Amino acid sequence: MASYNLKINGKEYKTTVDDDTPLLWVLRDHLGMTGTKYGCGVASCGACTVHVDGQAMRSCVLPISTVANAKITTIEGLSEKGDHPLQLAWDEVDVPQCGYCQAGQIMSAAALLKKNPKPSDADIETALSGNLCRCGTYHRIKEAVKLASKK
Amino acid sequence: MQHSRRDFLKYTSAVGGGFLLGFNILSPKRLDAAVVSADTEGAVSFNAYLSINADGTATIFSPNPEVGQGIKTSFPMIVAEELDIDWRLVKVEQAPLDGKRFERQVAGGSGSTPHSWKRLRQAGATARQMLMEAAAKRWDVPLSTCTTENGKVWHKASNRSLTYGELAADAAKLTAPKDVPLKDRKDFKLIGTSVKGVDNPLITTGKAIFGLDFKKEGMLIAMVQRPPAFGLKLKSFDASEAKKMSGIVDVVSFSNKVAIVGKSTWEVKKARDIVKIEWEKAETLESTADHDRIFKDLMVNGKPEVRRKEGDTEGVFKTAAKVIEAEFQCPFLPHNAMEPMNFFAHVDGDKCELVGSTQNPQSHRDQVAKALKIPVENVTVQMTRMGGGFGRRLNGDFVVEAAELSALIKAPVKVIWTREDDMSGGIYRPACRYRFRAALDKDNKMVGFEMRGVGINAGDPTRGGNSFPVGAIDHVLIDSVNHKSPITTGPWRAPITNFLAFAEQSFLDEVAEKAGKDPVQMRLEWLDKAQKSPVGAVKYDIDRFRKVIQLVAEKANWGKSPKGVHQGFSVYFSHNSYIAQIAEIVLEKKKPVLKKVYCSVDCGILVNKSGALNQVVGSIVDGLGHAMYGKLSFKEGAAEQNNFNTFRMIRISEIPEVEVHFVDNGIDPTGLGEPALPPLGGTVANAIYKATGKRLRQQPFVNEETELLEKLL
Ligand code: FES
Ligand code: FES
Repeated sequence: MASYNLKINGKEYKTTVDDDTPLLWVLRDHLGMTGTKYGCGVASCGACTVHVDGQAMRSCVLPISTVANAKITTIEGLSEKGDHPLQLAWDEVDVPQCGYCQAGQIMSAAALLKKNPKPSDADIETALSGNLCRCGTYHRIKEAVKLASKK
Repeated sequence: MQHSRRDFLKYTSAVGGGFLLGFNILSPKRLDAAVVSADTEGAVSFNAYLSINADGTATIFSPNPEVGQGIKTSFPMIVAEELDIDWRLVKVEQAPLDGKRFERQVAGGSGSTPHSWKRLRQAGATARQMLMEAAAKRWDVPLSTCTTENGKVWHKASNRSLTYGELAADAAKLTAPKDVPLKDRKDFKLIGTSVKGVDNPLITTGKAIFGLDFKKEGMLIAMVQRPPAFGLKLKSFDASEAKKMSGIVDVVSFSNKVAIVGKSTWEVKKARDIVKIEWEKAETLESTADHDRIFKDLMVNGKPEVRRKEGDTEGVFKTAAKVIEAEFQCPFLPHNAMEPMNFFAHVDGDKCELVGSTQNPQSHRDQVAKALKIPVENVTVQMTRMGGGFGRRLNGDFVVEAAELSALIKAPVKVIWTREDDMSGGIYRPACRYRFRAALDKDNKMVGFEMRGVGINAGDPTRGGNSFPVGAIDHVLIDSVNHKSPITTGPWRAPITNFLAFAEQSFLDEVAEKAGKDPVQMRLEWLDKAQKSPVGAVKYDIDRFRKVIQLVAEKANWGKSPKGVHQGFSVYFSHNSYIAQIAEIVLEKKKPVLKKVYCSVDCGILVNKSGALNQVVGSIVDGLGHAMYGKLSFKEGAAEQNNFNTFRMIRISEIPEVEVHFVDNGIDPTGLGEPALPPLGGTVANAIYKATGKRLRQQPFVNEETELLEKLL
């Protein structure tokens, strides 16, 4: 057990957990931020994607001890009013079905657009190929990323 | 179950001086709509509510669980259409499970829309009529001179209007009329348009609450160690070390399992890893190799149960000019809803509160009441948004388990399944093997058709044995054999047909080829035959079938594709809707690449066009992924794949272009959560055959033997 100061979505948080606790469970269980989802726990589905210093990372395999000084952004903090171009595009294209994978999809896409504001189809496929969607919403995800990249 | 006072107050307070109409959705016993108020006892017998609020908005309490099929949006659209109110004035809330006569609050079998269509329309139309009556009274004009438009009642002759909000209090004093006429389809303004999911803003900001996100003061977290293989049972366990770990509250055993209870998910998971558990054999431990052997043996030596018989197949096969035979096999599949199973339960004395993602709240409530031996009225179920169901959340095991654990530890608890638990925990799509035989006469006409399905805990793997072309063939024999296994199975998106359709459609393609006929033409000829001289019962609509075939053939330019583009076709009467598909494959460096899928759909009237398209395209992607890669194999009773690093799912980089066309025929909606999935495997396999000359008879297509396809997508 150790005490950690965390910078999440521009705010400071303090939490006391085991060093090996993944960021995902700190967010969900200790800080009450449940927008980041659990899907596999082994970095194989992308549902838990967050940004760590601007990079898309799978929070289910990130021990809290490794991100203590990093700047973390979760889906809750992607934009203040839920109006990030991707969030708007996701609604406009009406992407979600069950919706469970979508926070992770959006966070992966947001990291992509930051680095590459005008991605090609292939760029989108590469950046999002680690995000699974059992409902099969991939066509609309692609369309929404493209739409957001035009704004 | 009685309407609890608390739930009821929730509704009435939502009204805030407006008017609340209670009605019944999906109940076979028809109950008319009625106005309910805080003191009407009648309120308890309704299960759906529509309120007209004083501010002119309407709130619709959507009673069916939202599993991703979009009904939280489409149901209120249907009400709003008849109510004649601007969609922007409509608020949607998930209704809790309640109502004594609650008949169908299930999301499964693509049945949500067909069951509720009429009820929802009736409710909207009744409320509209009452608002018009209230206005007519106020203005002292004949009701027939009043009209409605976008949430207002108009008296056009005097150019007066009142909003629904202004009329709500008056309408609440009227008696609900019976048999109010419904709108003519040509007057629909909202139905058939594209409306965005009502929860999109919550989903895209991480605010939507799924079962796994639900939290309650004092709630503990538990993980359960279930037998690691089907056929094992608990012998003993030693939790002394685990109990000493931080955050662990208790380790208990029940129903052959060990539950680790603690304060946080990670602490519980770590403690579970060090509990020492010994299991012992209780039943046979089956492996996939055993199943392969069992399939082959039962196909020949099993005692089949006849599902459908017409004429004399034995005779006709003896005299046939040509006999075609093929066998097809599929593995077990886990559901892999992206949200793993989990449920919250709080048992307090003889009361139980349940919260979570369920496709079948009513049945789960009943099962919990039975397991805990408490009255059904004492169990409440609150539904959250669901991270997928695909049939898995119809089974009550994970709900009952949470309730049993809460009763045992006397505390509110959420049982969380890890992905590994979820994938190795059973209730799978059953593994099946089919053998088809066709007898052709000297004119290459199919005169005899036989199908035998062998399933492992599959129930009836032929699903009644009525699917097309049965009804058009003179001599038919459909039968099945079952093997009872310790491996548990259950409905999986498009039960049985999710593989059976592939097998049937691949086989019929082979029959067409051997008969020297075009596969599309051959189906049309059979449909003519089924129409003119049906053989026994015909359990599909011939015209609807024909229409989807013609539509897709026309859109994809069937038979006239450019050189190098190989087309495959299939068509299926699928869970009450009709689907025809054409796939296009090209060879790139000698590997088949799936470029495009055309799909025609007859699901009756489209309610929400955007939602409907999402379902069809999603089903095609899902069907393709599982046909290509889906495989759960077993070694001595244990699943060999237990997470997404060993179980391959389709990815965004592997999808073909999809073009969907809907038939517009005005028939009542017939559902869309499943129908486009079943035929997809056959459509693709038939195109692969055209491109490569190789018939695929096993799923998944991509495995050790079909290296050829490794690069298919
Ligand atoms: S939960 Fe982290 S990648 Fe799946
Ligand atoms: S929308 Fe359901 S898993 Fe992606």
